Amino acid sequence: MLPESLAISAILFAIGVVGVLTRRNVIIVFMSVELMLNAVNLTFVAFSREYGFAGQVFVVLVMTVAAAEAAVGLAIVIANFRHRHTVDLQAIDLLKG
Amino acid sequence: MPSGGDWILPTLLAVPAIGAALILATQRAGIARWIALLTLGAEFGLALVLWFGFDAHDPGWQFAVSLPWIRSWGIRLALGLDGIGLVLVLLTTFLMPLAVLGSWTSIRDKPASFYALLLVLTAGMLGVFVALDLFLFYVMWEVMLVPMYFIIGIWGGERRVYASIKFFVYTMMGSLLMLVAILYLGFHIGTPGRPPDFAIDNLMLYAATLSPATVRLLFVAFFLAFAIKVPMFPFHTWLPDAHVEAPTAGSVVLAGIMLKMGTFGFLRLAMPLFPSAALDPTFRAIILTLAVVGILYGALVALVQPDFKKLVAYSSVSHLGFVMLGLFALTVQSVQGAILVMVNHGISTGALFLLIGMIYERTHSRMISAYGGIARVVPLFAAALTFVALSSIGLPGTNGFVGEALVLIGAFRTEPFYVLAAAVGVIVAAAYLLWAIQRMLFDPLDKPSNAALLDLNWREIGLLTPLLVVIVWMGVYPAPVLDRTQVAAARFVGLVQRGAVGKTPRSARLLPGAPRR
Amino acid sequence: MTPGLVQHPLAGTAAEFVWALPLLPLLGFVVNGALALASSVRIGPDNPATDAHPAAVPDVAGPAPTDAEGAHPTDAAQAPPVVPARPAFRTLVTVIGPGVVALALALAVAIFVAMAGTSPTTPFVQTYFPWMWVGDLHINVAFQVDQLSMLMVLVITGIGTLIHLFSVGYMRDEPGYARYFAYLNLFVFFMLVLVLGANYPILFVGWEGVGLCSYLLIGFWYSETANADAGKKAFIVNRIGDYGLLMAMFLLFANLKTLDFVGVTAAAGDLVPGGVLVTTICLFLFLACTGKSAQIPLYVWLPDAMAGPTPVSALIHAATMVTAGVYLVARSALLFALAPVAGLTVCVIGGLTALFAASIALTQWDIKKVLAYSTVSQLGFMFVAVGCGAYVAGVFHLVAHAFFKALLFLGAGSVIYAMHDAYHAAHAHGDAQDMRNMGGLRRRMPWTWALMWVATLAIAGVPLFAGFFSKDEIMGTLFERARSSTLADAHWLGMPGGTILYALYGVLLVAVAMTAVYMTRLMIYTFHGVNRTGEAEAAALREAPWIMTGPLVVLGILSAVGGFLNVPTFFPLHGAPPELLAQWLDPVVGPAALRVTHGIPFVPDASTGVTLGVVAATISILGIVLTCVRLRTARPGADAVPGRAEPAYRRILSHKYYVDEAYDRVIVRPLIGLSRTVLWKGVDGMIDGAVNAVAWLGRAISRIGGMIQSGQVGTYAWVLVLGVLAVLGAFSLLHHA
Repeated sequence: MLPESLAISAILFAIGVVGVLTRRNVIIVFMSVELMLNAVNLTFVAFSREYGFAGQVFVVLVMTVAAAEAAVGLAIVIANFRHRHTVDLQAIDLLKG
Repeated sequence: MPSGGDWILPTLLAVPAIGAALILATQRAGIARWIALLTLGAEFGLALVLWFGFDAHDPGWQFAVSLPWIRSWGIRLALGLDGIGLVLVLLTTFLMPLAVLGSWTSIRDKPASFYALLLVLTAGMLGVFVALDLFLFYVMWEVMLVPMYFIIGIWGGERRVYASIKFFVYTMMGSLLMLVAILYLGFHIGTPGRPPDFAIDNLMLYAATLSPATVRLLFVAFFLAFAIKVPMFPFHTWLPDAHVEAPTAGSVVLAGIMLKMGTFGFLRLAMPLFPSAALDPTFRAIILTLAVVGILYGALVALVQPDFKKLVAYSSVSHLGFVMLGLFALTVQSVQGAILVMVNHGISTGALFLLIGMIYERTHSRMISAYGGIARVVPLFAAALTFVALSSIGLPGTNGFVGEALVLIGAFRTEPFYVLAAAVGVIVAAAYLLWAIQRMLFDPLDKPSNAALLDLNWREIGLLTPLLVVIVWMGVYPAPVLDRTQVAAARFVGLVQRGAVGKTPRSARLLPGAPRR
Repeated sequence: MTPGLVQHPLAGTAAEFVWALPLLPLLGFVVNGALALASSVRIGPDNPATDAHPAAVPDVAGPAPTDAEGAHPTDAAQAPPVVPARPAFRTLVTVIGPGVVALALALAVAIFVAMAGTSPTTPFVQTYFPWMWVGDLHINVAFQVDQLSMLMVLVITGIGTLIHLFSVGYMRDEPGYARYFAYLNLFVFFMLVLVLGANYPILFVGWEGVGLCSYLLIGFWYSETANADAGKKAFIVNRIGDYGLLMAMFLLFANLKTLDFVGVTAAAGDLVPGGVLVTTICLFLFLACTGKSAQIPLYVWLPDAMAGPTPVSALIHAATMVTAGVYLVARSALLFALAPVAGLTVCVIGGLTALFAASIALTQWDIKKVLAYSTVSQLGFMFVAVGCGAYVAGVFHLVAHAFFKALLFLGAGSVIYAMHDAYHAAHAHGDAQDMRNMGGLRRRMPWTWALMWVATLAIAGVPLFAGFFSKDEIMGTLFERARSSTLADAHWLGMPGGTILYALYGVLLVAVAMTAVYMTRLMIYTFHGVNRTGEAEAAALREAPWIMTGPLVVLGILSAVGGFLNVPTFFPLHGAPPELLAQWLDPVVGPAALRVTHGIPFVPDASTGVTLGVVAATISILGIVLTCVRLRTARPGADAVPGRAEPAYRRILSHKYYVDEAYDRVIVRPLIGLSRTVLWKGVDGMIDGAVNAVAWLGRAISRIGGMIQSGQVGTYAWVLVLGVLAVLGAFSLLHHA
């Protein structure tokens, strides 16, 4: 059971990473980040089946963090959108050196 | 706290700083230059006190004072004078008021900042000459760079930003290497039970115990820093740009005083600290060759310069080649000659730049071709320029001759073939300067705008007169200077030749706070 | 002074005041210079950048066409914009300028009388203050009074006074009157320092000082590029020679530890006779002489120096400055006597120069150029003399030459003055110095004509005039040296010295002939024949004022009887004291001359002397006569047949063997070209390029580095992921292994 769960988690995580790295729309990137976090959650749950419920506790933690992060991140996106009128990640390069 | 006669050197350094603060506080243009002039006049007065209070027979550091500064690193505020430092301090305090007078009417933009920077610069330069602690020396060395950077960069000519950055970065590059060497020395002298120490005398003793390879490396580090500052060929290319773009006072200070820093560094630090490297045949050959090349190269390139300031810049390279030749030939005559050339070059070239500044104020052109035949219109200026040019050429009876003659006579005893080549420089010097002043002053007056040129005013006459007097005085009666530098020069030659091995410099005992050996 | 040491016989006499000798003309310089500045300077406004000068400055016209020499340059070209020369200063300058030199002359005579009375055998040295004392180097400011220096002082102050007086008339209308006398006084000061110096450095001060004054005076009318160029050329060429004097001084100090004349004389015994050291020293000294005294190869400045005012040419470039080289060799006589090879070199170059310059003088049309080349030639004679150890002969010719050459130049000056006046009066423009414009002036200027003939006879060596005795002494002594001397024993470039000296004798004979020819040619074209100046001008030609002709008379008398300064013992002259000069100079140059003659005191052989004298005199007289005959009907300038090219040899001679052009092509232009392209644009450009390249590299690296900061969050995320993978991978690999 474990290897298959881990495989699914890995695939989901990879899809999330690819999404973060390649998508230009900030919202999609956020969705990908959520996907990554949930993949990790799946991994924790899979392991908790073997090694005790500490994993599931951790899942709750991760979910909390994900929620907070999504909230803050989306707030930043909206603030940026008010000025730049775009959610294209490539257009946001104020840190360019 | 320093007591009694010890107060004078810290005062010497503090006065310009206070003056600068005063100027920045009042921020009024008209007052600024007067404060600067009075401050620097007071400095010159202090320098005269030093001059007349100096004991020409004492080989140790005079007016010495040593205050604790950064105890854990063994860094002290150690100040003191020997004959060489004394002469250069006098040169500095003599030229600075004249530089201020020379800029009296030509600095119209932000003059308060300008004069404040000049004062800070003065403090830095004087600090270099009197520092007896290597770390303090380095700090003062770098303190000189910043005001000069601003002076060139803000009040300079067209390519001032390029020139000032080039000057700053180039000289700093060398200085950083020197910093590494200084830190190495200062920290390595410290062993368990003894804190690091940066006093020059103690470091001299310590450096004598290092391995020859280490000594050579350290010498190279110091050499680069000072060679860039001299400037020696091929590290000289920052100088023409810096001189051309700098305002008059900047050029006067740069040529008159700051160019002496490199050779002073060799004299005070690089050679006494690392005599075995200084005597190393390969190093000597390279340095002497570079010196002679500098003499001839500087003169030949000066010959074909269309810009008069650049011509004088290259002539400085040539003159300072004589100093390097004198220093590394290591006879008492050549070293004394080298010191004299340093002083005389400061005066003659300073005067030249002041004169160029005066004519530039009137025409805004430095190009020789913009002039021609103006001696008829401005005879006083022409007479002054011709006279100063002759002193730069080294006409006997003027100051330039005494220094160069001593260098060559002295150097001939140890390095005759280098002198054979170097003496040709006097021929080329006559060529480039006489040709330049002929194209400027003589020849037909073919540009109508030059016919309306205005001659020198009383302020300009007043600031030139001391220079002309000194030119003749040093040419006819250099004895006061020679007497005061005699002991220091002899000590220098002795130190380097004996390799300072096993010899305790007497002065170490005079330095308060120095550990007893 | 150590007790027991006998006081010098000159102590307590007028010789104590020898310091006043140069100080007087220096004072004249200061005063005249101040007056010159005061009359031409207008102090500028306080702020030169913004204030305008109160008085409007009129336009200064461009340089009006002036005559080549510009004895009377048009005022517009020379005057400062507004202020005219003030008459008050002119009187003051006239009194002070010649006055200080006359006072110096009086003092010199007083010292001379004291010397004649006491006949000291050692020099009287007065030390004033230490100049350069470093370590074992002790150079003092000190003057040395001995027979040689006093003789030179008399020549300088005597002829100097005469020329100053001449200048009062010649430069009367010159706006730069005060400046002229200031420079002239400064020159006398430096020349006196040169001959009075007690050591080589002080001599060098005077040496370069006179070079400076020469520069200032040659370029006196500096608004003409040619004049300024000539002055600059003189200084720079002289500097090349000065390099030689410097190197000689270095060698002397490094080996003998002293630079005083007294010290060198004493230490010369340590030098190996004929050794490399002493020969090198002497050759370097001679290099300096070729510069100052215009010998091959550094003579090229002297003909150009004729651009200066004619009295300057007379004083500096005939009588005094150019003789400094001869003085130097005489001063260093002992050194030269120890180096026969160097002596031979001096003789050879002197002889060749004598011939070379005389040949050029044969074809010159400018009256001053003829005299200039004549000077170079006569200097060659002097160097032949001092080179072969005939120091007395050389100095004798120096003195005689000073008389008649100054006379010739001043006479030429009178002629040029008259020609200028004539052209002015007729509002014409012609070259006042070109002999083709002269002719027949004998009737207009009888005094000048007569006196110049006296000088011509003297320079040609016609018997009983000054030049006869001096030249014959040179040639006679040369002949004897060729027979037997250290020089004859030595070898020069492989050839035996005796042969060379005999050959030189022949060369000098030819030069004597040429001298007679070119001088007669000059006299005939200038004073005889038909006047070619023009109808209108000719009416205005007249004798110069007495202030100018007076000195000519004095010089004429000296040229006529100056020879009796040193009559040879075998000369049949009743009552004339023989060899005055030789006896006078013996304490100074005697030992050196003795060394050259193998220690045997030189007694000129009567028969040889008479024969040689007759030969030389015959050649001179023949030369004069033949030239007179040949040129009697000549019409210079109108000779050339159009279409027929000038014969090659004439072209080469009149173009001075193209030496100037050669120097320019081979040395000057390549040097400047090298400096400009190879050194400045090339080497300096490369170094600066390297510096800028380093800076560029720094900027480039930083730009590349900056590309990492793209501001793209996505890229940052990529890098993050890659980094994590790398770390994890490294960990897992480590744990696997």
